[in-house]
Amino acid sequence: MKKRKSISYSKWGYIFILPFFVSFFIFSFIPLADTIRYSFFEYYRSGIKEVGPNFIGMENYKSLLASDMLKYAGNTFILWIIGFIPQIVIALLLASWFVDIRLKIHAQQFFKVVIYLPNLIMASAFAMLFFTLFSTNGPINGILTSIGIVKEPIDFMGNVFGTRSLVGFMNFIMWFGNTTIMLMAAIMGISTDIFEASEIDGCNSIQRFFKITLPLIRPILAYTLINSIIGGLQMFDVPQILTNGQGSPDRTSMTLIMFLNSHLKSRNYGMAGALSVYLFIVSAILCFFVYRMTNNNDPDGSKAAARKAKRRRG
Amino acid sequence: MKSKKPDQLRSVIAHVVLVILSFMCLFFFYILVVNATRSHSDLQKGFSALPGSYLLKNFMSVANDGTFPMFKGILNSLIVSGLSAAICTYFSALTAYGLYAYDFKLKKVAFTFIMAILVMPTQVTAMGFLRLITNMGMYDSLLPLIIPSIASPSVFYFMYSYLQSSLPLSLVEASRIDGCGEFKTFNRIVLPIMKPAIAVQAIFSFVGSWNNYFVPALVIQSKDKMTVPILIATLRGADYMNFDMGKIYMMIMIAIVPIILVYLFLSKYIIAGITLGGVKE
Repeated sequence: MKKRKSISYSKWGYIFILPFFVSFFIFSFIPLADTIRYSFFEYYRSGIKEVGPNFIGMENYKSLLASDMLKYAGNTFILWIIGFIPQIVIALLLASWFVDIRLKIHAQQFFKVVIYLPNLIMASAFAMLFFTLFSTNGPINGILTSIGIVKEPIDFMGNVFGTRSLVGFMNFIMWFGNTTIMLMAAIMGISTDIFEASEIDGCNSIQRFFKITLPLIRPILAYTLINSIIGGLQMFDVPQILTNGQGSPDRTSMTLIMFLNSHLKSRNYGMAGALSVYLFIVSAILCFFVYRMTNNNDPDGSKAAARKAKRRRG
Repeated sequence: MKSKKPDQLRSVIAHVVLVILSFMCLFFFYILVVNATRSHSDLQKGFSALPGSYLLKNFMSVANDGTFPMFKGILNSLIVSGLSAAICTYFSALTAYGLYAYDFKLKKVAFTFIMAILVMPTQVTAMGFLRLITNMGMYDSLLPLIIPSIASPSVFYFMYSYLQSSLPLSLVEASRIDGCGEFKTFNRIVLPIMKPAIAVQAIFSFVGSWNNYFVPALVIQSKDKMTVPILIATLRGADYMNFDMGKIYMMIMIAIVPIILVYLFLSKYIIAGITLGGVKE
């Protein structure tokens, strides 16, 4: 009886998930296969003439390694880390403050609304805003000179440090609110018994943070880290608009996706394909970690430890 | 009781830090709004914390500018984001329901597959995507920005988690006994139950699509089809020093403000919704 029912309805399962898979197949899988295929071809446009496609094996991959790709990977990493370190530190701090009832934080909801706000702002408009605000005759320089901090206007976007800091700062402003709220949910998920027990044992707030909160939210911290790395790998809007796609000064703020974008814009399909495959491999590895975490029923490793102990005994 | 003093001190520090961070978040938008109300010559003189009286004039000069069709851009963005949000949430809910409520051979495979591509960046397939839509004759149209959102793994995951916690399968059985068809069951019974999840995800996918720059910049060529982020980018690429600065601030403000307004009205649901899609413990 039960079996027959499941047979009669199973086709509806397929029908319901069909649109998703058809759409994925057409708009993601075919493009991916195409991208991988053309990465082995010489295929580009110079002027109005199209060269290729001619099969050249691994040549595109080799010439990418010989080009500035690794430098751009380094840039991407630097821009990401400048934003990520303050982001995670501030987010941890704020999250532990928000959940600490003894601090009696006033207007919690207001602060949460405000710190999350930049996350929703259009990154390209935000970058354009920063470009105008921090230009040599922009308002920030105006304020700094009028209160006498600097004599000459600072050319923020004229030097490597300034541009990179601006990008990092923008990423920090845009993401620390999101991270705070994620970590807050994680901390609130910890049983209050543990905190109470630690208090009875005479644990102070710093000890509590490092010895209890931090170890217990480690899985979510790792998840945040990897998600942020994946986001950082895709960094594009902010540096692209801020430097008008040039990665100036001297391409020190050029990210990998900006590099890909410039190949796509000039219709250099072979190179763009090879670069995409490099990116695909890196993100597939990262995806694997996220997959492991979201499907993990042993988040703190306790089950694995128990298995190990059992094996040792037996 | 003895720890009362340090708690007070920590509380003060916490409040100070929070106020500084909030100031940092709001300060730039404050300058933006103030500068959007001032005239070009006024802006050249330097910064002033008080708004001017040019708000309407700047607004009109943005509205009348043919080289940067900002309002056409907003309309395009609204079409793309609205339709993307609608089909993305509907089909994600459909997929989630299909995998949750039915038993079939490939169920586990399908679920594992979606989880594996959960955070795959779209950029890695951009090159093939661009060629595909060119071959399909969809280059320089809004369709390729809308249709692919049928397959949104992260929205699916959210919907699936929501179904697990809020849809008892007995309800589906009951509607079957009452002679309700499978599609009708989904549309009439399951969708209303999923309303909260759909609302949250509709907001997030709307915002994501509204702010998206990478794909539209590759796909859209002609000016009257540009979405807001591309217009902002062309503004950056233009010979910017000869521009009316008041107008530039006004354009940026027009790009940002609609989302801020929506956010302020719905902030309660949005903030509650952020964590729902994350890792569950």
